[in-house]
Amino acid sequence: MKDILSELEARREDARQGGGARRIEAQHAKGKLTARERIELLLDEDSFEEFDMFVAHRCADFGMQAQRPAGDGVVTGWGTINGRMVYVFSQDFTVFGGSLSETHAQKICKIMDMAVQNGAPVIGINDSGGARIQEGVASLAGYAEVFQRNIMASGVVPQISVIMGPCAGGAVYSPAMTDFIFMVKDTSYMFVTGPDVVKTVTNEVVTAEELGGASTHTKKSSVADGAFENDVEALAEVRRLVDFLPLNNREKPPVRPFFDDPARAETSLDTLIPANPNTPYDMKELIHKLADEGDFYEIQEDFAKNIVTGFVRLEGQTVGVVANQPMVLAGCLDIDSSRKAARFVRFCDAFEIPILTLVDVPGFLPGTSQEYGGVIKHGAKLLFAYGEATVPKVTVITRKAYGGAYDVMASKHLRGDFNYAWPTAEIAVMGAKGATEIIHRGKSPEEIEAETKHYEDRFANPFVAAEKGFIDEVIMPRNTRKRVARAFASLRGKQLQNPWKKHDNIPL
Amino acid sequence: MFKKILIANRGEIACRVIKTARKMGIKTVAIYSDADKQALHVQMADEAVHIGPPPANQSYIVIDKVMAAVKETGAEAVHPGYGFLSENAKFAEALEAAGVAFIGPPKGAIEAMGDKITSKKIAQDANVSTVPGYMGLIADADEAVKISNEIGYPVMIKASAGGGGKGMRIAWTDEEAREGFQSSKNEAASSFGDDRIFIEKFVTQPRHIEIQVLCDKHGNGIYLGERECSIQRRNQKVIEEAPSPFLDEATRKAMGEQAVALAQAVDYASAGTVEFIVDGDRNFYFLEMNTRLQVEHPVTELITGVDLVEQMIRVANDEKLSMAQSDVKLHGWAMESRLYAEDPYRGFLPSIGRLTRYRPPAETESYSPGVTPSAPVVRNDTGVYEGGEISMYYDPMIAKLCTWGADRAEAIEEMRLALDRFEVEGIGHNLPFLSAVYDHPKFISGDMTTAFIEEEYPDGFEGVTLERGALARIAAAAAAMNRVAEIRRTRVSGRMDNHERRVGTDWVVTLQGESFTVTIDADHEGATVSFDDGSNHRVESDWTPGQPLAVLMVDGAPLVLKVGKLPGGFRLRTRGAELKVHVRPPRQAELAALMPEKLPPDTSKMLLCPMPGLIVKVDVEVGQEVQEGQALCTIEAMKMENILRAEKRSVVSKINAGAGDSLAVDDVIMEFE
Repeated sequence: MKDILSELEARREDARQGGGARRIEAQHAKGKLTARERIELLLDEDSFEEFDMFVAHRCADFGMQAQRPAGDGVVTGWGTINGRMVYVFSQDFTVFGGSLSETHAQKICKIMDMAVQNGAPVIGINDSGGARIQEGVASLAGYAEVFQRNIMASGVVPQISVIMGPCAGGAVYSPAMTDFIFMVKDTSYMFVTGPDVVKTVTNEVVTAEELGGASTHTKKSSVADGAFENDVEALAEVRRLVDFLPLNNREKPPVRPFFDDPARAETSLDTLIPANPNTPYDMKELIHKLADEGDFYEIQEDFAKNIVTGFVRLEGQTVGVVANQPMVLAGCLDIDSSRKAARFVRFCDAFEIPILTLVDVPGFLPGTSQEYGGVIKHGAKLLFAYGEATVPKVTVITRKAYGGAYDVMASKHLRGDFNYAWPTAEIAVMGAKGATEIIHRGKSPEEIEAETKHYEDRFANPFVAAEKGFIDEVIMPRNTRKRVARAFASLRGKQLQNPWKKHDNIPL
Repeated sequence: MFKKILIANRGEIACRVIKTARKMGIKTVAIYSDADKQALHVQMADEAVHIGPPPANQSYIVIDKVMAAVKETGAEAVHPGYGFLSENAKFAEALEAAGVAFIGPPKGAIEAMGDKITSKKIAQDANVSTVPGYMGLIADADEAVKISNEIGYPVMIKASAGGGGKGMRIAWTDEEAREGFQSSKNEAASSFGDDRIFIEKFVTQPRHIEIQVLCDKHGNGIYLGERECSIQRRNQKVIEEAPSPFLDEATRKAMGEQAVALAQAVDYASAGTVEFIVDGDRNFYFLEMNTRLQVEHPVTELITGVDLVEQMIRVANDEKLSMAQSDVKLHGWAMESRLYAEDPYRGFLPSIGRLTRYRPPAETESYSPGVTPSAPVVRNDTGVYEGGEISMYYDPMIAKLCTWGADRAEAIEEMRLALDRFEVEGIGHNLPFLSAVYDHPKFISGDMTTAFIEEEYPDGFEGVTLERGALARIAAAAAAMNRVAEIRRTRVSGRMDNHERRVGTDWVVTLQGESFTVTIDADHEGATVSFDDGSNHRVESDWTPGQPLAVLMVDGAPLVLKVGKLPGGFRLRTRGAELKVHVRPPRQAELAALMPEKLPPDTSKMLLCPMPGLIVKVDVEVGQEVQEGQALCTIEAMKMENILRAEKRSVVSKINAGAGDSLAVDDVIMEFE
């Protein structure tokens, strides 16, 4: 009996060794941790329960039958993050370069099926050279099986991808369909075709880092939602993100004890809006001063900075924030910012996370590059996302809310629950000067100036909108946290259903 | 007594004057420029008059505008504060002509002391000690030696036309005087085409010590002790204290009496300051007299219990001094730290912008100017508030933090804690630098000269490196704080019943490149943090996660930390040090140690944008060779054009931004080969 027990221990030990000491050392030398070490950092201490530790591939070609390491290049299982269940898979670069075989894919699919069935997030740690070439189409089939599960799980449980090494070719499409992608600077990259193929086909010379490194995907392509300095930092921050997210679409967002007065007044907000309407200010100051304990988890911080998205807590409960950022491009909406915010709004709506919208928007960015790029349809994405969202929606207009952009930014007309405005708000079709020039076309510059003043006096305030009930209340900036927190508190029982449909047809 | 006074100033000094006026039942009038519409002094005053655009030469120092404000409001007297019109005889004259009292000295005194040569002459006539020297032409080396002997060594031999150290020699002996004279003369002839030479006493180990005098219009004058202002950066005072740790009673008396004699020689009537330079042997020499309320007057108020502003108002109201010299008693010790909106990490470059956070340490409620303290005092004279704007138009000093203690050590300790508690965010400021000075051994021993900052921080200020003992205390605090934060994280909703996370007791704290292995034993009052070397620290605190300021007791002594977030850790600031702190369970620490150290990118070959702004123009092209000091590009920030120049000779290899681009701090504008 004792021998049998020790046989298990020996087999386990063998599986834990992955690709062996030499490859583990090489992994460390690259500044990367092993698949198991990453799981240790991601999950609560001693909470990991492994599946399929002894799974081995079934490939008999190219001499592969001689090497059948236990686990087959991916570690899968479940554990807890601060006591809440998550499923995890972590690709092991030390075993066949983390390449995906039929059995490797089956392991991933197994935990994804369980995650959907049991209602817990899936966190995938990607570090893989790509398809297991020796297996050919069986490997491709494996990818597709994973893709199908990503699609089915989307909107049911949160899916988070952490790219901690190579992720190339077809492999990128699994992370691409998850909710969030995080990358590690200098040690991870993602692309559909690598630098060599790029060189052959288009003659462009580009490094892997330039083509698909963390900087490229967080700043240029917006494929990734954030980047971190190293594995340890990345996994600590993923834990922090999970604390904000519900486990599945049937649960309310999590609540945790908080040490911040919901009625905390911030007198400095009374002077946040500069005297000159063309002077920018930092909308993030408002976000930090509204949030419990000033804690803000920003998503896509480095992309389309004219809109800010991320999570805060109010009275301990998660709230998604979308805010125009006057510091960048005057906070206007354009193709990139619309796409970024639309995706964020849809995530929040899918997982019952209430949405706070902070508005200071002068309109859509004009220009041929925008029109040719299809700003009409991209802008419509945000409009669509806000309009279909049934979660609690609270909006605060701090300054400008001009034109169609006013409608888009969670206006009353898109079923906003609470639409507040600061006394500094200006809700109008356009800026006073432009409006006057149209209304009073042909008049002298002096007359236009006088009429502009008249227009400003009449419309450069929140009261016209408030008279019509489009603004529920004009609030003191200093009391914004209290008003917003109370608004969300009152909406905890909100029930709203869209008409039955197979699915909508958002302008993709 | 006056019913209403106007304060012809802004910022903290206007607020300071308003406080005393209010105490005396006098109504106050503020004046303000466009930039100060929402300023604190405007909010505090009973009335406020707008006097023009932001630049001072179009508002605060335009006599006609101030006079118009006086007439409009019917103010009976004007307090000028410091700077602006405070030492402007024409202003005093205009007020006199209008029959309005000037809360300052008579215009004759302002004029007499306003000119360096005249004031030195008056001082000599009043038997005030001045720097000995010979102003006439010196014929040859023999005469130079003779004069040097008369003055007494060491002497400074200087070219009349000199500057920048050229043609300047210091001589300690006859021989050096002879040589120095000759070489100075030659150098002066070749450098300036003017070989005239003069000799004056060289003051060794110079300290800046000044005497506060107070005179009425009835011939009474007293001195209120001294202030030591040796901690200066480029003639800008940074830290002042009273009394001076260097003076003895006899020197104090001699300096005080000479200061009063000088004041009386010009019929001085108000508060005034006589500045001296004092050498290592306590010889003192008159420098100049400031005929106004001095910035650093609070330290004198703290150790004398006299409200100087009140005295100035009373003197202006023709009252007699209510105290004699024998009534002046120096009591305890006071320190003043000037908080400047200057970034010490960027060569003390002025920093402007919005004060997103401004929380000074709590002031001692029982104290106000005119009170003699009996227990430690914190006083903060300020002219700004959270949410206010620091503009580029005025002095970058935003507050004066003062502490009082029974002795120097206590005043210093109070100051250290007060600085740690002072929260300022949104702009660059010198709080870390101030903290560093209060922990500097030379400063602590009182052994300083006016060259202190230059000598002790020759390469600028790069933050404080703490020694291991101090780090251990902080590590203990961080471990205890982290435990509280981690336990809270485990209380999130949606947990798996019976499988909750248990927060462990063993941790590794890393900070400033050091790591500490600790075990936490927590109880209801706090935590005992044991280190693997057998030592332990007791930490007590009511800090809760998210609080930006942690006030802890570590082993019974206070520790104040500014707490910020970092990915996976804390950013802690204390005592001028900025620490990235990580607290991890041992296994995680082991894995973290495997992570490669990433060096910050080398920016020495880049031109970084020093402030958020708009590029107006780029003056160079790729491939162009640039010389040191050559203009590279112009950035407009807050309506002001700033020209960025090359720091050294180099070739432009890449330009990343063009005219019209708006940049953030540290964006790379161009790169060099």
